[in-house]
Amino acid sequence: MVDLCILYDKVRFEERSIYDAATKKGIKAKMTDAKSLTISTSSERQEFELGDIILQRSISHFRGLYLTACIEFLGMPVINKFKVGETCGNKLMTSIALAKHNVPTPKTYFAFSPEAAMEIIDRVGFPIVLKPMIGSWGRGVCLLRDEEVANMIIEMRSESDNALGRIYYIQEMVERPPRDLRCIVVGDSLIAAVYRYSAGSEWRTNVARGGKSENAPITNELEEIAMRAAKAVGGGILGIDLMEDKKKGLLVHEINNTVEFRGASKVSDADISSAIIDYALASAKK
Amino acid sequence: MKKECQECGAEINIPDDILVGEIVACQDCGSDFEVTSKTQNSIELKPAESVGEDWGQ
Repeated sequence: MVDLCILYDKVRFEERSIYDAATKKGIKAKMTDAKSLTISTSSERQEFELGDIILQRSISHFRGLYLTACIEFLGMPVINKFKVGETCGNKLMTSIALAKHNVPTPKTYFAFSPEAAMEIIDRVGFPIVLKPMIGSWGRGVCLLRDEEVANMIIEMRSESDNALGRIYYIQEMVERPPRDLRCIVVGDSLIAAVYRYSAGSEWRTNVARGGKSENAPITNELEEIAMRAAKAVGGGILGIDLMEDKKKGLLVHEINNTVEFRGASKVSDADISSAIIDYALASAKK
Repeated sequence: MKKECQECGAEINIPDDILVGEIVACQDCGSDFEVTSKTQNSIELKPAESVGEDWGQ
């Protein structure tokens, strides 16, 4: 019998759903608060009762990421791996990984000074998108429509106390319908795909911004691109976000390491939590 | 089970099957609380962590 540990810092719909799916399958699942753990350089695996396989489900990216590093240091198996979290939690690293593996992705520019950022913006033209290198739920994502606003936003970013805010991740504006696609990949399978529609006048499609989900058909093309994207960042349990470019077709723009699937589970027939449990158990036995 | 809201004093209804770590909201003032412990007869709450800049996917 495999013991499963779900590491959380807040039990949301997803963590509860995974816990319930495990219980339903007769699997012993232990909920452990990530905030309660301390680890030292002398720590040893047997000091911790974290079961045979750990699902990292922290809502805080950095807490989850560095706790994962500590867990791997102790030699315990954890999903997803640190390298995967590190790549997916950083849009620049994700873009590089996708491009390196020839996964279609929006053309993205990286600049390391406000002057260089403005030079790119002037050269590529408006509208153009500026995103924080690290961040979720669409926070700080700006659609720049003219020079005046671009100058102001770049200036604000250049005066930011956050050093990462002074690295500029600038992306071509993708001509797409008012929706994107979220694909839930678990191991070697694309479990579910949903469209996420922007809410009202909102341009961003994040469910956290009020975006609405609708079940999407899993085409061969979607499956092929989503699986290649998952492989490019190291695989595991992932949320692959894609846009439908009117000219270039499907483009992967983001990959989520601790995927949220509340919206998807409402509209998809797939049992996402059950698939996650099966994958975790199979990984523990490897 | 019922608990008193630490912010406004209203009564918060807590489902019997709630797990430690889940968040309950006060229907009156909207404050969020995290369940920190649970036994058959009692439940403990603390103000939930506020949304961090690195939260979410």
